[in-house]
Amino acid sequence: MNSNFILNLIRFIVLLTIQIVVLEQVKFGGWINPYLYILFIILYPINSNKSGFIAASFCLGLVMDLFCDSGGVHATACLLLAYFRPGFLKFAFGLSYEYQTIRIAEKLSVDRFTFIMSAILFHHLVLFSLELYRFDLIFEIITRTILSTLFTFIICIISIYLIKPNKR
Amino acid sequence: MQQIINFLIKNSYKLLFLLLLGVSLTLTVKSHSYHRSQYINSSNAVSGYTYNQINSVKEYFGLRQKNEDLARENARLKEILFNKKDTILESKIVVPDILSTYTVRQAKVIKNSYSKQENFLTLDRGAFEGLKPDMAVISDRGVVGIIEKTSKNFATVISILHTKNPLNGKIKNSEHFGSITWDGRNAGYVQLIDVPKLATLKKGDTIVTGAQSAIFPENIPIGKIDRIFEEKATNKYVINIRLFNDMTSLGYVYIIENKKKLEKQALETETEKDPTKK
Repeated sequence: MNSNFILNLIRFIVLLTIQIVVLEQVKFGGWINPYLYILFIILYPINSNKSGFIAASFCLGLVMDLFCDSGGVHATACLLLAYFRPGFLKFAFGLSYEYQTIRIAEKLSVDRFTFIMSAILFHHLVLFSLELYRFDLIFEIITRTILSTLFTFIICIISIYLIKPNKR
Repeated sequence: MQQIINFLIKNSYKLLFLLLLGVSLTLTVKSHSYHRSQYINSSNAVSGYTYNQINSVKEYFGLRQKNEDLARENARLKEILFNKKDTILESKIVVPDILSTYTVRQAKVIKNSYSKQENFLTLDRGAFEGLKPDMAVISDRGVVGIIEKTSKNFATVISILHTKNPLNGKIKNSEHFGSITWDGRNAGYVQLIDVPKLATLKKGDTIVTGAQSAIFPENIPIGKIDRIFEEKATNKYVINIRLFNDMTSLGYVYIIENKKKLEKQALETETEKDPTKK
């Protein structure tokens, strides 16, 4: 429990630092931005305190907003993703996910790809809808969501692969 | 009472979720509804410091570009200097030399944004160096924005790429003016609306800041006319303007303070208050 907490705290700080210092400066084609920091929400241990989880996700988003001048856009998207994460787990791993102790970062199978992809897609859709905030820009919301999802997904998979050897 | 407490304990997770959702949605809506209600912004000490550090690293990669910009500006200032005495050429100077009205300070953009609907920049100078809200920010090529908030060492700027920016512009060498808006699509273009049909204009004409603004000096370049549309309903022009500034790459900027702003505004509000008095 205690080591878990410290691991998550380190993840929180490291992911935010990478996001703000490196990834916010990278802008493919002017506006496609990978959002690696939501890996914190994706990798958060499954059978841990639920209230602590959504509070941590909210703080994660709020720090991003602080640095991006974006009101509460990231906070809302992160909070919703954290709240609906059990739903995505059920969707990807089937009903039995609660009984197994799945470690999302352990082995990359189709189930895990589905979970990560759907979580990123949902987060980005909420994020860009709130950020653009206008109905007549619906096509822009969709294109941004899809392109950014792809970039975030690729970077998430690469970083999971990079972290994995340390855990064994 | 017991039941209420039981209910609260049982649903604490959902209640926490709803509370946090309420907070974040309020922040989101506030940030969109009016640009002055930004509570969470990057002019605070922590993020300002971070962006300053990031920027000091990034600067190394743009030194060549910076040198070119400085050389170009030097060349233009020299041109003005040499031409001043015996020609009646119109001065191309960006910063007006009426020193009694305007003070110019220099600052550096440490955080830039251009892909959102409401874009803000962060500068590395703040109230300590005399920056105040509602001062004009320009670069050597043209208008950048208006200072929104200042902290001790940092300031945030509403970019011209903000869907609710409060700017007005006019066609150079004429007095026809309109409001500058941004449709939120392309960072290279802004729109000039409410230009009366009587105005004569053509593609390539320069758009500059108007005289009625208390923030910007007159005749600071904004951009060139790219396309002209006619709005049937109101009988006015809508003009697409190509910005002179590359808003995606900003380095050093100048902050202009209008010392007579308060005097002008006070006079104008007083006049509007009693229009009947003669």
